[in-house]
Amino acid sequence: MVYLTRKAEFAASHYYHNPDFTAEENQRIFGKCNNPNGHGHNYTLEVTVKGEVDPRSGFVVDLRQLKEILHREVLDAMDHRFLNKEVPEFSAQIPTTENLAIAIWQRLVSKLNKAQLHRVRVYETPDLFVDFYGEA
Amino acid sequence: MKAHLTRRYMFSASHRLHSDDMSEAENTVTYGKCNNPYGHGHNYALEVTVSGPVDESTGMVCNLVDLDGFVQREILQRFDLENLNTREEFVRTVPTTENLCTTIYDILQRGFTYAHLDKVRIEETMMNSFEYVGENCVIQ
Ligand SMILES: [Zn+2]
Repeated sequence: MVYLTRKAEFAASHYYHNPDFTAEENQRIFGKCNNPNGHGHNYTLEVTVKGEVDPRSGFVVDLRQLKEILHREVLDAMDHRFLNKEVPEFSAQIPTTENLAIAIWQRLVSKLNKAQLHRVRVYETPDLFVDFYGEA
Repeated sequence: MKAHLTRRYMFSASHRLHSDDMSEAENTVTYGKCNNPYGHGHNYALEVTVSGPVDESTGMVCNLVDLDGFVQREILQRFDLENLNTREEFVRTVPTTENLCTTIYDILQRGFTYAHLDKVRIEETMMNSFEYVGENCVIQ
């Protein structure tokens, strides 16, 4: 089994707000992230796939294909977007780094044919990242 | 759904690697320049990884304010801009980064209750890093 990681970057804005909470609760739990006008991050995404090396190509996965899937499923939808308003997953969920990693996993997992998705890592800033392994 | 969150912190501290159980010659051979009695310092990078189910109402494994607050109070205030050898944690053990790693892990394990502690990772320099996941665990 070999693991391959592809990196991508995207910039997006978001804010944290739960309509079931009172204004005070939202403020207390989410602090400055509760500002409805949003704020932005340069996100770094690392997608790790795993699989056996194909004896003919020497590849775990065709990187060109992986890149295409990444662009189509994730970057086209999220890069330079306001996550709360423009990405359907976040109409009912808060676009935290945790939920972003889960949403990206769900967008990718069914699209990979040969290799298997192992990990989605999302850096919100260089000192904060979330890993999702598809664990229930 | 279960996610793993890693937060990175910086602190600076000095230390001297010296064991009272060793002769002077053995200390010199074992620790080399790090045995200099005046000590020397590092800018340590600390990575704390916690995990748990993502809370549906907040979208979070744990609130960063809680994690940052705990690490600030219990780790950074204890070690940042200190001489590690003078700290009670290293009265009996040598302040290697291995021991620093397990010490910080134990402090978090005992006191941080908002999420499961997965791992403590410390970069001593750009060339050396250390990870501890507790006993009986394997690094993922
Ligand atoms: Zn943010």
